[in-house]
Amino acid sequence: MTITQKTEANAIVLECEGRLDTTTAPELEAVLLPVFDTNPTVILDFKYLEYVSSAGLRVLLKGQKKAVAVGGSMTVRNVMDEIIEVFEMTGFIDVLTVERI
Amino acid sequence: MNELIVDASLDKLDEVLEFVEGAMGALPPKACMQLNIAVEEIFVNIASYAYAPEKGSVRIRAEEAPDGTIVVFLDGGVPYNPLEHRDPDITLPAEQREIGGLGLLMAKKMTDEITYRYENGMNILTVKKAAPDGGVK
Repeated sequence: MTITQKTEANAIVLECEGRLDTTTAPELEAVLLPVFDTNPTVILDFKYLEYVSSAGLRVLLKGQKKAVAVGGSMTVRNVMDEIIEVFEMTGFIDVLTVERI
Repeated sequence: MNELIVDASLDKLDEVLEFVEGAMGALPPKACMQLNIAVEEIFVNIASYAYAPEKGSVRIRAEEAPDGTIVVFLDGGVPYNPLEHRDPDITLPAEQREIGGLGLLMAKKMTDEITYRYENGMNILTVKKAAPDGGVK
Protein backbone atom coordinates (compact mmCIF):
# COMPACT_ATOMS: atom_id res chain seq x y z
CA MET A 1 0.00 0.00 0.00
CA THR A 2 1.14 3.53 -0.76
CA ILE A 3 0.25 6.30 1.69
CA THR A 4 0.75 9.93 0.64
CA GLN A 5 0.39 12.69 3.21
CA LYS A 6 -0.88 16.11 2.15
CA THR A 7 -2.19 19.24 3.82
CA GLU A 8 -5.54 20.62 2.70
CA ALA A 9 -7.12 23.72 4.27
CA ASN A 10 -6.98 22.86 7.99
CA ALA A 11 -6.81 19.11 7.57
CA ILE A 12 -4.19 16.46 7.04
CA VAL A 13 -5.06 14.18 4.14
CA LEU A 14 -3.73 10.64 3.87
CA GLU A 15 -4.20 9.25 0.37
CA CYS A 16 -4.23 5.45 0.49
CA GLU A 17 -3.59 3.43 -2.63
CA GLY A 18 -3.78 -0.35 -3.06
CA ARG A 19 -4.92 -2.91 -0.49
CA LEU A 20 -5.67 -2.43 3.18
CA ASP A 21 -5.30 -5.99 4.45
CA THR A 22 -3.61 -8.07 7.14
CA THR A 23 -0.19 -7.37 5.62
CA THR A 24 -0.56 -3.62 5.05
CA ALA A 25 -2.85 -2.53 7.92
CA PRO A 26 0.13 -2.01 10.29
CA GLU A 27 1.61 0.46 7.75
CA LEU A 28 -1.49 2.64 7.89
CA GLU A 29 -1.71 2.37 11.66
CA ALA A 30 1.88 3.56 12.04
CA VAL A 31 1.13 6.67 9.97
CA LEU A 32 -2.46 7.38 10.99
CA LEU A 33 -2.39 7.37 14.78
CA PRO A 34 0.51 9.83 15.26
CA VAL A 35 -1.05 12.27 12.76
CA PHE A 36 -3.78 13.17 15.27
CA ASP A 37 -1.12 14.55 17.61
CA THR A 38 -0.05 17.01 14.89
CA ASN A 39 -3.51 17.94 13.60
CA PRO A 40 -6.75 16.48 14.97
CA THR A 41 -8.61 16.95 11.66
CA VAL A 42 -7.73 13.98 9.48
CA ILE A 43 -9.09 12.95 6.09
CA LEU A 44 -8.47 9.49 4.66
CA ASP A 45 -8.78 9.60 0.88
CA PHE A 46 -9.67 6.12 -0.43
CA LYS A 47 -10.03 7.04 -4.09
CA TYR A 48 -7.32 4.55 -5.06
CA LEU A 49 -7.99 2.01 -2.33
CA GLU A 50 -9.37 -1.21 -3.80
CA TYR A 51 -9.69 -3.61 -0.86
CA VAL A 52 -10.37 -3.59 2.89
CA SER A 53 -10.42 -6.65 5.16
CA SER A 54 -11.14 -6.86 8.90
CA ALA A 55 -7.51 -6.01 9.71
CA GLY A 56 -8.06 -2.73 7.86
CA LEU A 57 -11.34 -2.08 9.66
CA ARG A 58 -9.50 -2.60 12.94
CA VAL A 59 -7.10 0.24 12.10
CA LEU A 60 -9.97 2.51 11.00
CA LEU A 61 -11.70 1.83 14.33
CA LYS A 62 -8.51 2.73 16.22
CA GLY A 63 -8.27 5.93 14.19
CA GLN A 64 -11.90 6.82 14.90
CA LYS A 65 -11.41 6.22 18.62
CA LYS A 66 -8.28 8.36 18.61
CA ALA A 67 -10.11 11.15 16.77
CA VAL A 68 -12.80 11.15 19.45
CA ALA A 69 -10.22 11.01 22.22
CA VAL A 70 -8.39 14.12 20.97
CA GLY A 71 -11.60 16.00 20.12
CA GLY A 72 -10.83 15.86 16.41
CA SER A 73 -12.36 14.12 13.43
CA MET A 74 -11.56 11.42 10.91
CA THR A 75 -13.36 11.56 7.59
CA VAL A 76 -13.09 8.76 5.04
CA ARG A 77 -13.79 10.09 1.55
CA ASN A 78 -13.95 8.97 -2.09
CA VAL A 79 -14.83 5.44 -1.06
CA MET A 80 -15.67 3.09 -3.91
CA ASP A 81 -18.96 1.17 -3.84
CA GLU A 82 -17.38 -2.24 -3.17
CA ILE A 83 -15.76 -0.90 0.00
CA ILE A 84 -18.93 0.97 1.02
CA GLU A 85 -20.60 -2.44 0.91
CA VAL A 86 -17.96 -3.83 3.30
CA PHE A 87 -18.66 -0.89 5.65
CA GLU A 88 -22.40 -1.59 5.45
CA MET A 89 -22.10 -5.33 6.09
CA THR A 90 -20.04 -4.75 9.21
CA GLY A 91 -21.95 -1.75 10.58
CA PHE A 92 -18.85 0.44 10.11
CA ILE A 93 -20.92 2.78 7.94
CA ASP A 94 -22.45 4.06 11.19
CA VAL A 95 -19.18 4.18 13.12
CA LEU A 96 -17.12 6.09 10.56
CA THR A 97 -17.72 9.42 8.88
CA VAL A 98 -17.87 8.33 5.25
CA GLU A 99 -18.17 10.38 2.08
CA ARG A 100 -18.82 8.43 -1.10
CA ILE A 101 -17.34 9.13 -4.49
CA MET B 1 -9.26 -29.08 -8.45
CA ASN B 2 -5.97 -27.35 -7.70
CA GLU B 3 -4.30 -27.75 -4.34
CA LEU B 4 -1.80 -25.68 -2.40
CA ILE B 5 -0.07 -26.74 0.79
CA VAL B 6 1.47 -23.90 2.82
CA ASP B 7 2.65 -23.19 6.33
CA ALA B 8 -0.15 -21.82 8.50
CA SER B 9 1.72 -18.53 8.76
CA LEU B 10 0.64 -14.95 8.06
CA ASP B 11 3.54 -14.35 5.70
CA LYS B 12 1.99 -16.91 3.32
CA LEU B 13 -1.15 -14.82 2.84
CA ASP B 14 -0.15 -13.34 -0.50
CA GLU B 15 0.71 -16.79 -1.85
CA VAL B 16 -2.68 -18.10 -0.74
CA LEU B 17 -4.60 -15.21 -2.30
CA GLU B 18 -2.70 -15.57 -5.55
CA PHE B 19 -3.46 -19.28 -5.65
CA VAL B 20 -7.18 -18.80 -5.06
CA GLU B 21 -7.39 -15.98 -7.59
CA GLY B 22 -6.39 -18.53 -10.21
CA ALA B 23 -9.78 -20.23 -9.76
CA MET B 24 -11.94 -17.13 -9.96
CA GLY B 25 -12.29 -16.99 -13.72
CA ALA B 26 -16.09 -17.08 -13.74
CA LEU B 27 -16.52 -14.35 -11.15
CA PRO B 28 -16.91 -10.62 -11.84
CA PRO B 29 -14.51 -8.21 -10.06
CA LYS B 30 -16.75 -7.45 -7.09
CA ALA B 31 -17.36 -11.13 -6.33
CA CYS B 32 -13.60 -11.75 -6.68
CA MET B 33 -12.88 -9.07 -4.09
CA GLN B 34 -15.46 -10.50 -1.72
CA LEU B 35 -14.12 -14.04 -2.03
CA ASN B 36 -10.62 -12.61 -1.59
CA ILE B 37 -11.69 -11.06 1.71
CA ALA B 38 -13.31 -14.31 2.88
CA VAL B 39 -10.15 -16.28 2.01
CA GLU B 40 -7.96 -13.76 3.83
CA GLU B 41 -10.12 -13.85 6.96
CA ILE B 42 -10.25 -17.66 7.08
CA PHE B 43 -6.54 -18.12 6.40
CA VAL B 44 -5.55 -15.47 8.95
CA ASN B 45 -7.75 -17.19 11.51
CA ILE B 46 -6.13 -20.57 10.86
CA ALA B 47 -2.64 -19.04 10.86
CA SER B 48 -3.33 -17.26 14.15
CA TYR B 49 -5.11 -19.95 16.15
CA ALA B 50 -5.16 -23.45 14.64
CA TYR B 51 -1.72 -24.58 15.79
CA ALA B 52 -0.55 -21.83 18.13
CA PRO B 53 1.91 -21.88 19.75
CA GLU B 54 3.12 -24.76 17.56
CA LYS B 55 3.40 -24.64 13.77
CA GLY B 56 1.53 -26.53 11.11
CA SER B 57 0.34 -26.43 7.56
CA VAL B 58 -2.88 -25.73 5.69
CA ARG B 59 -4.09 -27.48 2.59
CA ILE B 60 -6.17 -25.28 0.31
CA ARG B 61 -8.17 -26.50 -2.64
CA ALA B 62 -9.72 -24.19 -5.17
CA GLU B 63 -12.18 -25.25 -7.80
CA GLU B 64 -13.77 -23.27 -10.55
CA ALA B 65 -17.30 -24.65 -10.86
CA PRO B 66 -19.66 -23.66 -13.68
CA ASP B 67 -21.73 -21.57 -11.26
CA GLY B 68 -18.98 -20.07 -9.12
CA THR B 69 -15.83 -20.81 -7.15
CA ILE B 70 -15.34 -23.27 -4.28
CA VAL B 71 -12.47 -23.03 -1.82
CA VAL B 72 -11.72 -25.69 0.80
CA PHE B 73 -9.39 -25.21 3.79
CA LEU B 74 -8.04 -28.26 5.61
CA ASP B 75 -5.94 -28.01 8.75
CA GLY B 76 -4.91 -30.48 11.43
CA GLY B 77 -5.01 -27.96 14.24
CA VAL B 78 -7.27 -27.77 17.27
CA PRO B 79 -10.87 -28.67 16.34
CA TYR B 80 -12.74 -25.43 15.79
CA ASN B 81 -16.05 -24.75 14.13
CA PRO B 82 -16.06 -21.07 13.15
CA LEU B 83 -19.77 -21.25 12.35
CA GLU B 84 -20.51 -21.71 16.05
CA HIS B 85 -18.69 -18.50 16.86
CA ARG B 86 -21.07 -15.79 18.05
CA ASP B 87 -21.17 -12.85 15.67
CA PRO B 88 -20.07 -9.52 17.15
CA ASP B 89 -22.65 -6.80 17.75
CA ILE B 90 -22.22 -4.54 14.74
CA THR B 91 -24.67 -1.94 15.96
CA LEU B 92 -22.59 -0.62 18.86
CA PRO B 93 -21.01 2.86 18.71
CA ALA B 94 -17.27 3.09 18.03
CA GLU B 95 -16.26 3.42 21.68
CA GLN B 96 -17.91 0.12 22.58
CA ARG B 97 -16.91 -1.84 19.53
CA GLU B 98 -14.83 -4.95 19.91
CA ILE B 99 -13.10 -6.30 16.89
CA GLY B 100 -13.00 -10.01 17.77
CA GLY B 101 -15.01 -12.19 15.45
CA LEU B 102 -15.33 -9.52 12.80
CA GLY B 103 -13.16 -11.43 10.34
CA LEU B 104 -15.33 -14.54 10.50
CA LEU B 105 -18.47 -12.44 10.20
CA MET B 106 -17.02 -10.95 7.01
CA ALA B 107 -16.11 -14.40 5.69
CA LYS B 108 -19.71 -15.49 6.17
CA LYS B 109 -21.26 -12.37 4.67
CA MET B 110 -18.93 -12.32 1.67
CA THR B 111 -19.73 -15.87 0.56
CA ASP B 112 -22.89 -17.69 -0.48
CA GLU B 113 -22.30 -21.00 1.29
CA ILE B 114 -20.00 -21.94 4.13
CA THR B 115 -19.83 -25.38 5.71
CA TYR B 116 -17.66 -26.96 8.39
CA ARG B 117 -16.90 -30.54 9.27
CA TYR B 118 -14.27 -32.32 11.37
CA GLU B 119 -13.01 -35.50 9.81
CA ASN B 120 -9.97 -37.71 10.40
CA GLY B 121 -8.43 -35.12 12.68
CA MET B 122 -8.87 -32.33 10.17
CA ASN B 123 -10.89 -29.12 10.26
CA ILE B 124 -12.51 -28.86 6.83
CA LEU B 125 -14.07 -25.53 5.96
CA THR B 126 -15.66 -25.09 2.55
CA VAL B 127 -16.79 -21.78 1.11
CA LYS B 128 -18.59 -21.12 -2.12
CA LYS B 129 -18.92 -17.87 -4.00
CA ALA B 130 -21.64 -18.07 -6.62
CA ALA B 131 -21.33 -16.24 -9.89
CA PRO B 132 -24.18 -13.70 -9.69
CA ASP B 133 -25.45 -14.43 -13.18
CA GLY B 134 -25.11 -18.19 -12.93
CA GLY B 135 -21.62 -18.19 -14.38
CA VAL B 136 -22.13 -16.65 -17.80
CA LYS B 137 -19.56 -13.94 -18.31
